[in-house]
Amino acid sequence: MNLPAAPKVGAMILAEPVTVVRAAIIVFILLFWEAIAQSGLLYRDVVPSLLAIGTAVIRLLSTPDYYWHLGVTAGEVGTGLAVGGLSGLLVGLVLGGNRVLSKSFEPYLYYLGPTPKIIFFPVMIMWFGVGPGSKIAMGAISCFFPIALSTAAGMRQIDKVLIRVGHSFRANAWQMATKIYLPAMRHPTINGVRLGLGVAIIGTLLAETKLSNRGVGFLIIQAYSLFDMPRMYAMLIVLFVVAIGANALVGRLGGLSTIRQR
Amino acid sequence: MGVAALTRTRIFPLALGIGALAAAILAVEVLIRIGVINRFIVPLPSQIALAFDRVIVEEDIAERFRLTLFEAFTAGAMITVIGVSLGFLLFRINILRQATETWVAALASAPTVLMYPLFLVVFGRSAWTIIMMGFVAGLPPVILKTIEGLAGTRRVLINVGKSFKLTGAQLFTKILFPAALPTIFVGIRLGMIFTLINVVGVEFLINFGGLGQLINDLAERYDLPGTYAAICFVILVSVCFFVLTEWIERWLRPVE
Repeated sequence: MNLPAAPKVGAMILAEPVTVVRAAIIVFILLFWEAIAQSGLLYRDVVPSLLAIGTAVIRLLSTPDYYWHLGVTAGEVGTGLAVGGLSGLLVGLVLGGNRVLSKSFEPYLYYLGPTPKIIFFPVMIMWFGVGPGSKIAMGAISCFFPIALSTAAGMRQIDKVLIRVGHSFRANAWQMATKIYLPAMRHPTINGVRLGLGVAIIGTLLAETKLSNRGVGFLIIQAYSLFDMPRMYAMLIVLFVVAIGANALVGRLGGLSTIRQR
Repeated sequence: MGVAALTRTRIFPLALGIGALAAAILAVEVLIRIGVINRFIVPLPSQIALAFDRVIVEEDIAERFRLTLFEAFTAGAMITVIGVSLGFLLFRINILRQATETWVAALASAPTVLMYPLFLVVFGRSAWTIIMMGFVAGLPPVILKTIEGLAGTRRVLINVGKSFKLTGAQLFTKILFPAALPTIFVGIRLGMIFTLINVVGVEFLINFGGLGQLINDLAERYDLPGTYAAICFVILVSVCFFVLTEWIERWLRPVE
């Protein structure tokens, strides 16, 4: 049977020009960057050469000190995500399960969600001090809103038939939560956690750039203060890769790719 | 009226929400006054309410508000013009769209605000650093939603335009753009929200500009009621902005 092979060949033919265009865009950007770096049009080191950035990335990744700072930031983000995520999940379950409470309190979450959370940092410093506590708190309040709103929305989308099936089997509250609610709302909850992780990383790192003596945010602002531009570019590149990788990992661990939405 | 019937009325959830908020504020006031909460960490809510007047008059909040709005709307105008143009370009050149759409989506979820030290070096400690940070954060949703809106134009509308022998430009201005406008506005609204968040955030971080700097200034002076009042003011501004853009979006949305 030759029929199944046809789409593959077709896909390869279609994919090829796209790959070529992508490669061309990347090459163009790199060449443009290098030309700007060599031209001297901008201040020296504002646009360092690709070689300098590449060397800085290698030097950064071979420094044990960097991993210690990365560990500090990861610990703060993880703790913030755990605190904000669990409270968001709990609030989302309560609001999603009760129409009156949802109508009463969800508008507050909905409208507070898009406010810039970094403005709460002075308050967090007063409450939790200048150490990791205030950074964890920033991560927690950043991720609380998307997780709570996604969970509440997910709870409301659960098929009523599934809930009736649970009741007909006389499932208790715990069984209903673990066997019906949580599996049925996995997709919106994981999406909420992914969104929450992204904003928790941003909240924590911004707080570190503002006031800290440890963590990747501190290293970035230190590189800025010392005008070590290749090192700053290197840290931003590594940070973007780590952030996007962590986001993809959460989706994969939650089985997001295997879930099909109805 | 029974309790069950009362909870089903439209006014009950609203009253419950406002009542719970008022009760929480009152509880904080009492807890601070009896010494359970340290008043050097959390100021009295009554002091915060009184500080509003002082912050508005003494800190020249109107000028700061105008500056933040100027930065946000300059960045907003840039994301609208450049984002819609890039979205249209990617819609017209399919191969370019296939090659770059996932990159734009990745950029939308990337922590771009962390590049602010880099922008500080390039643009200096000026309003342009803030505007450009707002621009970078708000651009991807406008591009993505423009592509989505144009690609989602009903085939029958395009065929009607072709049957009238419209030129490419006429097809865009008379058919594609009006049909895609509600979706494009969703993108502009999302972009503007990201822009406003970044503008206020970067103002706070680099201690320059309008409302964000005000919070930073008051916190550094350890003016607790003023800091809390300024934070409440920024929340109020972002909520008003959010409600306004939501209202425009609903107005633009076609009747189903």
